[in-house]
Amino acid sequence: MTAFNRITLTLGLGFLYAPILVLVVYSFNDSRLVTVWGGFSTRWYGVLLSDGPLLASALVSLKVAALSATIAAMLGTLAALALDRHGRFAGRGAFTGLLYAPMVMPEVITGLSLLLLFVGIDMERGIPTIVIAHATFGTGFVAVIVGARLKGLDRSIEEAAADLGASPLRVFFTVTLPLLAPSLAAGFLLAFTLSLDDLVIASFVSGPGATTLPMRLYSQVRLGVNPEINAASTLLIASVSVVVLGASWLSVRKNGTTAAQ
Amino acid sequence: MSGNAVRPSGRWLVRAVPFVWLSLFFLVPFVITVKISFSTPATAQPPYLPVIDWSNGLEGWREFFYALDLTNYQMLAADSLYWEATVSSLAYAATATVILILIGTPMALAMARASERVQPLLVALVVVPFWTSFLIRIYAWIAILKPEGLLNAGLLKFGLIAQPLEILNTPLAVMIGLTYAYLPFMVLPLYAVMSRLDSSLPEAAADLGASRTRVFRTVTLPLAMPGLVAGALLCFIPMVGEFIIPDLLGGSETLMLGRMLWIEFFSNRDWPIASAVAVLLLILIVGPVVIFRGAEEKREEALR
Amino acid sequence: MQAPSPLTAAPLLRIDGVTKTFGAHRAVDAVSLDLAAGEFLCLLGPSGCGKSTLLRMLAGFETPDAGAITLHGQDLIGLPPHQRPVNMMFQSYALFPHMSVAKNLAYGLQGLGLDRSRITERVQSLLRLVKLEGFEDRRPDKLSGGQRQRVALARALAREPRLLLLDEPLGALDRTLREETQGELRAIQRRLGTSFMVVTHDPEEAMALADRIVVMDRGRIVQAGPARELYERPASRFVAGLLGDVNLIAGTLEPGEGESRSVCTAFGPLRAVPSPAVASAASETSVVVALRPERLRLGDGDTILTGTLVDVAFLGDRVRRQIRLADGTVLRASTALPGDPGDLGIGQPVSLGFAPEAGWILPA
Repeated sequence: MTAFNRITLTLGLGFLYAPILVLVVYSFNDSRLVTVWGGFSTRWYGVLLSDGPLLASALVSLKVAALSATIAAMLGTLAALALDRHGRFAGRGAFTGLLYAPMVMPEVITGLSLLLLFVGIDMERGIPTIVIAHATFGTGFVAVIVGARLKGLDRSIEEAAADLGASPLRVFFTVTLPLLAPSLAAGFLLAFTLSLDDLVIASFVSGPGATTLPMRLYSQVRLGVNPEINAASTLLIASVSVVVLGASWLSVRKNGTTAAQ
Repeated sequence: MSGNAVRPSGRWLVRAVPFVWLSLFFLVPFVITVKISFSTPATAQPPYLPVIDWSNGLEGWREFFYALDLTNYQMLAADSLYWEATVSSLAYAATATVILILIGTPMALAMARASERVQPLLVALVVVPFWTSFLIRIYAWIAILKPEGLLNAGLLKFGLIAQPLEILNTPLAVMIGLTYAYLPFMVLPLYAVMSRLDSSLPEAAADLGASRTRVFRTVTLPLAMPGLVAGALLCFIPMVGEFIIPDLLGGSETLMLGRMLWIEFFSNRDWPIASAVAVLLLILIVGPVVIFRGAEEKREEALR
Repeated sequence: MQAPSPLTAAPLLRIDGVTKTFGAHRAVDAVSLDLAAGEFLCLLGPSGCGKSTLLRMLAGFETPDAGAITLHGQDLIGLPPHQRPVNMMFQSYALFPHMSVAKNLAYGLQGLGLDRSRITERVQSLLRLVKLEGFEDRRPDKLSGGQRQRVALARALAREPRLLLLDEPLGALDRTLREETQGELRAIQRRLGTSFMVVTHDPEEAMALADRIVVMDRGRIVQAGPARELYERPASRFVAGLLGDVNLIAGTLEPGEGESRSVCTAFGPLRAVPSPAVASAASETSVVVALRPERLRLGDGDTILTGTLVDVAFLGDRVRRQIRLADGTVLRASTALPGDPGDLGIGQPVSLGFAPEAGWILPA
């Protein structure tokens, strides 16, 4: 790597990580003020763990994320299969449009329009409506990830299974699905994280009693910098980092073995 | 060759299920939004008139349509605030996209040129912030940018400034936030294209006497174009409607449509106007979306 | 080559007028072909000639637009792949990457109603067949290319198909391994008595393996027969060139009929054996005389052609020379190393001869 590239990467990654680092460091700051270092302390984590409403909203978020990511994983896989396997079916253009548009659509539009639907059909707003909303925009992401894997899949592996007497369903469950499993897991994880992260859409479609973690954090953030939020952020960042770095480590190890082919 | 001998029954369900779901929860809501943007606000629950009378069936829909009017759009057009917000949303998104290209291209290139072994790690390093809460990452900038924040403290300490700089709640802060939050969206598609680029191509160009900059300009950049276009649109489209960044970093003065919509909806409780803003926002991004879809389809076509 | 002739034995497989088009492209065009039980047949042709599509129609991955395919009189076309009594070995091997070797081999046996011990037994015997005992727990990505090839073969044989389809079975192997494996493949085929239909683009492989070679070009069968017949008596310039190096001398037929005919060329009349297509053609018909390089003799008594030596290449077992004739035509002559005339310098005049039965007259 040239010096220029090295500097570019250092600066770029530094830019990406500096704010995160600030959060993490100041979550251990005993002082309430950002600019004052009051010494190392874990007191904000204590405050965090005794913050009942915050923990409750974290639980809501986890529930919503788990449910919506599961639905998105199923819908996204079906959509990816349709795009990869069904050739030029009627309405393919509309199908891809519907699938990918939610990924780039500004969240305020998605959130508002979904709320208007729920109000229109008189559906009580709460966890189910957030789950539906998140599953809808998670589907496209899952479809992209699973679709990429499908594209790289050697079709003759499935043909071989059929050739060896496996019915289409058996081919799907014994060959296709196991081969898709890593991408399915990645897609699920992405949908899960996106759901966990969403503030805007959830704010529109949630109802009383269904306050997600980002909604709770937002209401506190608006009041200014708060060490307790730093602590919460640190915990979130730590868990995400472990998952992402673990996954990429796994994929590196896997690539290492398949490189022998 | 497409294996078309296997056609199990029920195959159509594979595309019907996601299609129905997405139509119901993405397309239909849109149609409703467009309709409500033609309604009049009311102090009722829901706060707009007319309401579709479902019990009346088709008649209910007809009444609904007859009562529609253009008042909301006339209001938008008459209010210079919305014009300014439209222009400034586009300006913010366009400027930030250009900055992102300028930062993202060298970063992606550096990643693609790194050794095979560290590339997955670099990708993971770019992805981790993207997986980390958007809200939290933007929130972190408040602590850095505010007058008594870290940036000013540092600059004051080294004597570079005498007075704390006003950065938070200015357009500059919004710009920093946009650039920061969308950088991975620019870097990753660019990297995806550049890492697949045959490394012997720039070498061949260099071998034929092209200078470093000429190699980049004539070989690397044209070949990386699909990634650049994808990245630019992937950033531009959501940035036009961005809410969190202008809300947290831009202060109450910031004019961006996403924020206006939010305020109309949550603060003013004017659902019809909020819907009209949503439609306006949608019109602004339809162009780029169409371009994006066209490019994607062309790419798919090329891969076929 | 004592292949059971498809004419005397009842055919195992009958392909009758099969056609398949992809859009405007006619991949397989009215192909008819019979295959006898126990026969080893090679479909040979350049890429895109339709041989793989034909194979995929037999396996059930493509449906013919027209024609019939029957195995032992049973119609195959209506059957989905998993119900067909034929098996296929894929070019990419298509081993299940998430299953061990043993699981790969057992995959086709499950669903046959065999009990577990019977399946284990069968897997073991397959491993013995392809000499992979002890590899049952390996994943495909931990095997060498040759080992993977053998797993793929064993897996395709697991269900004891009457007919095994092999798509470029040796294509991914390097040269030495390929030659070794050709022998093994033949030995296994002879032992099991299964009919093999191999698709290949490699003429040497087709000649080494097959009882009968079927040459395809642009979706049609252009010639079928044992390797030797195709090599020595090709039906067209295409087949002649496909099976090996060939010199072509253009000319026109002189009057006459019979075992050999005379062709008027730029170097005077040449006597050669007419192919059926030109045996009774009128005089003045444009033809080419096909001469295999090894049939050209150097500095022989019965000089027929003279030219200048322009290149000599030593190839180990033989020497190949290029000789330019008066009109610029370059001929290649190949001589086996023992009996090579040796030191002929480049630029020297050379005289060439060949026996009348070595020349083969083909339509131009």
